Amino acid sequence: MQLSRRLRVVLVGSTGCLLVVIYVPILLIVLYAFNPSKSQKWPVTGLTLQWIQAAIGNPGARSALVLSVQVGLIATGIALVLGSLLAAAVHRYHFFGRNVVSFLVILPVAFPGIVTGIALNTTFRTLFGGLSLFTLIVGHATFCVVTVYNNVIARMRRTPGSLVEASADLGADPLQTFRFVTLPVIRSALIAGALLAFALSFDEIIVTTFTAGFNETLPIWIVANLSRPNQLPIVNAVALGVIIASAIPVYLAQRVASDAAGYG
Amino acid sequence: MSAGQLSTTRPTLTRRIARILARWPRIRVASLLAAPVGWLVVFYLGSLAVLFAAAFWHYDANITFTITKTFSFENFVALISDPVYRSIAGRTVMIAALVNITDAVLAFPIAFVMGKLAGPKLRSVLGVLVLMPLWTSYLVKILAWRLILSDGGVLNWLLKPLHLSGPGFGEVAVYLVLSYIWLPYMILPLAAGFERVPTSLLEASTDLGARTWHTFRSVVLPLVFPALVAGSIFTFSLTLGDYIAVSQVSSTQFIGSVIYDNLGVVGDLPLAAAFATVPVLVMVVYLLLARRAGAFEAL
Repeated sequence: MQLSRRLRVVLVGSTGCLLVVIYVPILLIVLYAFNPSKSQKWPVTGLTLQWIQAAIGNPGARSALVLSVQVGLIATGIALVLGSLLAAAVHRYHFFGRNVVSFLVILPVAFPGIVTGIALNTTFRTLFGGLSLFTLIVGHATFCVVTVYNNVIARMRRTPGSLVEASADLGADPLQTFRFVTLPVIRSALIAGALLAFALSFDEIIVTTFTAGFNETLPIWIVANLSRPNQLPIVNAVALGVIIASAIPVYLAQRVASDAAGYG
Repeated sequence: MSAGQLSTTRPTLTRRIARILARWPRIRVASLLAAPVGWLVVFYLGSLAVLFAAAFWHYDANITFTITKTFSFENFVALISDPVYRSIAGRTVMIAALVNITDAVLAFPIAFVMGKLAGPKLRSVLGVLVLMPLWTSYLVKILAWRLILSDGGVLNWLLKPLHLSGPGFGEVAVYLVLSYIWLPYMILPLAAGFERVPTSLLEASTDLGARTWHTFRSVVLPLVFPALVAGSIFTFSLTLGDYIAVSQVSSTQFIGSVIYDNLGVVGDLPLAAAFATVPVLVMVVYLLLARRAGAFEAL
């Protein structure tokens, strides 16, 4: 298909425009984090670090941040184990129900979050005596598994199975094969998957709302404070922190495994 | 690792286990699958089953305000007979479909540039440029659009010299915000889809005399269609289940808003559970169609 010069210009031009539209709202939040005025009107009236300092000193935001990091780390740990076991099974073996399993793992992200949320909420409240930190972590781990699974299985598909066979032929036991062959091959995919799973957990709000009980993660803190006009300048400053906090793991994941698309 | 290390044939415990595993591949698969499948079946499918059962329970809204675990279709009857719920379900599916189409159209040029026009270097730069906003917090994006669409916000300030004003908060705002938030979820699979279209096919089409538009319609579009459907699973599903963006930029109601209110404020869990079967059913049909379109290979 030969593209005329004009069509090329149109395509590249609209790509540029779209990127501008995608980034302007995010840059706007960055700007508002430094806005001295309490009113949220445009244009901003100047630049100040006042609200960023207020956000850092805000006890509610701080404890919410700590909880979010804890939940993210534990959920990521669980997802790492479950996701890579599943990827190994689906990649290496043909077993009855293989397609069902690979379908099951994407369901928690293919179905709307509110379905996962209300299902877990109903189960925990009616059968297991209520919501707690445990239920929150279960909820997060459940939708994080697919991120690790996707990254690891993509890597395994690109790695020749003959490596593992060669290792066994040379007399290595499964543990040695795992340690010296499989792990080095999938290591960067594991890191990328873990970073993305953490980023996913850190930002998640819908399943969180339904499984957290009285626990307040950072997204829950943000939603609670969105309805308090007085708090909005601090929310903007926290939002700046959240942008940076989610950009770092994603950037690192991208560096570690440039092939880890890992959406969803 | 030294050669000596590998050639030891001492029957260690791991080696004995290895021998058992080598003899029975079924045990091998089962030991890998037990934990992850157990987790997903117990916590995820189990919860979905409880949710489905709860849709048939009874909530006493008059005297006791408690739930009894009986079996009746009263919640479904209430949902179907009340025109308010019908219109909420209709509005949710409608806006989800609109967001879906909008994102597909918006994603086409940039995905094409990423998959076919750009060299490897520009391609990876564009990849990062799209991936970053995908991972930017959902709430931050909503916050940003509140600043843009509010009365004294950026949009009205921009439109003022033209004597126009923005849509303000409402259904249009919901449509705009959700289209914005889920757009990267459409771009990435679609770009990967374009990348998989062999350039030789495009050249062959040109050599055989097809004009650009003709090649696009009869060669490119059928080949990237599965990728388009793959991306739409996310944009559609995520919109279908939303209630937070909806509540932040409008006072309109989505299926999610009704579920949330009934679960939290009202306490009518059975009705919420019954309403939650609507997005589940819609998504099951959508996923089955998507599978037939080959979208799962393009995920």
